[in-house]
Amino acid sequence: MEPRELRLREELTNFNVDFYATGVKVKDAIFKLLGAIVVFLVVTFLFAIAIDLLIDGWSRIIDPKFYTSYPSRFPEEAGILSAWVGTIYVMAGAIFWSLLLGIPTGIYLEEYGGKGKIARIIEANISNLAAVPSIIYGLLALGVFVYRFRFGESILTAGLTLGLLMLPVVVVATRESIRRIPNSIREAAYALGATRWETLLHHILPYSAGGILTGVIIAASRAIGETAPLITIGALTFIAFLPPAPWEDFIGMLKSPFTVLPIQMFNWVSRPQEEFHTNAAAAGFVLLVVALLMNSIAFYLRYKIRKRYVW
Amino acid sequence: MRVETKRKLDTVFSFFLFFISSITILVTVGIVYVLVVDAVRFFLHPEGGGFPTSLIRFFTETEWTPTFAIKKIGIAPLLAGTFLIAGIAMLVAVPLGILVAVYLSEYASPKVRETVKPILDFLEAVPTVVYGYFALLFVTPLLQKILTPLGLTVEGMNALSPGIVIGLMILPYTASMVEDALRGVPQYLREASYALGASKLRTAFFVVVPAARSGIIAAYLLGASRAIGETMVVAIAAGMYPQLTLNPLEPVQTITGYIVQVALGDLPFGSFEYLSIFAAGLALFIITLVFNSLAVYVKSKVVGY
Repeated sequence: MEPRELRLREELTNFNVDFYATGVKVKDAIFKLLGAIVVFLVVTFLFAIAIDLLIDGWSRIIDPKFYTSYPSRFPEEAGILSAWVGTIYVMAGAIFWSLLLGIPTGIYLEEYGGKGKIARIIEANISNLAAVPSIIYGLLALGVFVYRFRFGESILTAGLTLGLLMLPVVVVATRESIRRIPNSIREAAYALGATRWETLLHHILPYSAGGILTGVIIAASRAIGETAPLITIGALTFIAFLPPAPWEDFIGMLKSPFTVLPIQMFNWVSRPQEEFHTNAAAAGFVLLVVALLMNSIAFYLRYKIRKRYVW
Repeated sequence: MRVETKRKLDTVFSFFLFFISSITILVTVGIVYVLVVDAVRFFLHPEGGGFPTSLIRFFTETEWTPTFAIKKIGIAPLLAGTFLIAGIAMLVAVPLGILVAVYLSEYASPKVRETVKPILDFLEAVPTVVYGYFALLFVTPLLQKILTPLGLTVEGMNALSPGIVIGLMILPYTASMVEDALRGVPQYLREASYALGASKLRTAFFVVVPAARSGIIAAYLLGASRAIGETMVVAIAAGMYPQLTLNPLEPVQTITGYIVQVALGDLPFGSFEYLSIFAAGLALFIITLVFNSLAVYVKSKVVGY
């Protein structure tokens, strides 16, 4: 016999099924442990970031003046007042635009568009927009809103830009929550003589409002940390004033220059002095807490809605 | 209300919906318009040598310095930086992503899965500028501490640290999509494999993963597209120095990093520097579009069971 064949025979006679089965089980257990460890590490990564920011920025996080001061050349006097006020204005605009464009588009695609050609184009377009890098939206805003429409480097431009960034998420959320409403509701309304828009406004929209709201909050929690598209439209980092209150001078508010939390944080991170890094960590912690809070609200809402409507 | 009025209102309403949804197409049109028009103006600009010289220089020169007095406009260094960092990110995200996804879909109890998935969603909500801070002030010092004793010089700005952080950043996103793909594999394939005596591990990697390959590849293509378009982490931690290098320990600049650098300065509308970020942006848009379209294409080729 050939040596190779001999070796094979020997291996076969010595083959121990129990040993083999144990080996397989051990491998299985090792993988399970490895998977659990990696998942655990990924989950703790979130806490690692939060704790790193908390420790680095602690002295400023607990300082009330940090929240009521304008930016300054002196790190220990600098604060995030203009940044968080700006963030609120910009996000209000972003949510407005994303709802104005997102809900009708979602309704159209789900209730009217059907399998038509135009509906398919709009659909492909939305899913494509979702994958465009955010800095490209910044270039769109710079080239079109700032210079061609002459909106300036303003709260209006920023709100519009972030609104467009949120749009795909809002459209998808609208479609999904409309889709969950069973046809029997529509048919019942039609049977009672309601027209399409009556059915929509009186039945479909109220039932899907919770789902849409959840989607908007999730989209907003992502947009609130967006930095890149606002840098390209020239969000300033040294703003030592607040925009005029909207009830006093609405147009003035829209046209006002602004800064937002992530931009302020970026500015502080990019400075060489370590004292500014403390400020950056504190600003980052505030930003992280707000974003996670919004996510938790959305998560809770989703849970509530699932329990409330059982068709 | 009379029936005729109601009918008319119905038409008005549906037209309104159609009108608004058509506006969303204008967003894409606007993006393509502004990128193409300003990129064309960049290539026609005398400071770049004018068409077609500028286009040839764009692809053949090995330096990118549109903001300097001597203007070189070779895109290669920015591409090298972009793909170097995205490559490092994928080296982190691909193995960890498949590990996390296989564990969650094949091994973890429903309870663990229901706890971990929302936390993955939470991770997606962490602002990228925070990841940038983490890369610059946590990961880079850590790398310096580990690699310097080995005789390697890690610059304060380098490609490795943002690459690793971006990999961890896109991990939840890709792992979540890979997990969806794995869970889409019908149960009877697993059962057939068990019936033949295969272990769970063997079933996972020789049956489930191959069956879900189109979804997995699509997930990684979308993840790569995100890594390529990621801006803040690289703007903070990779440096502002475009150079044609594959050494991950040196500072590099990506396309997105360049756009941020120029946008931070004062930009006269229509100047050569202003136009250069649109030319770079167009390159970025095309690259990510290719990755996204590939993902859609791969996903459409779902394996029939």
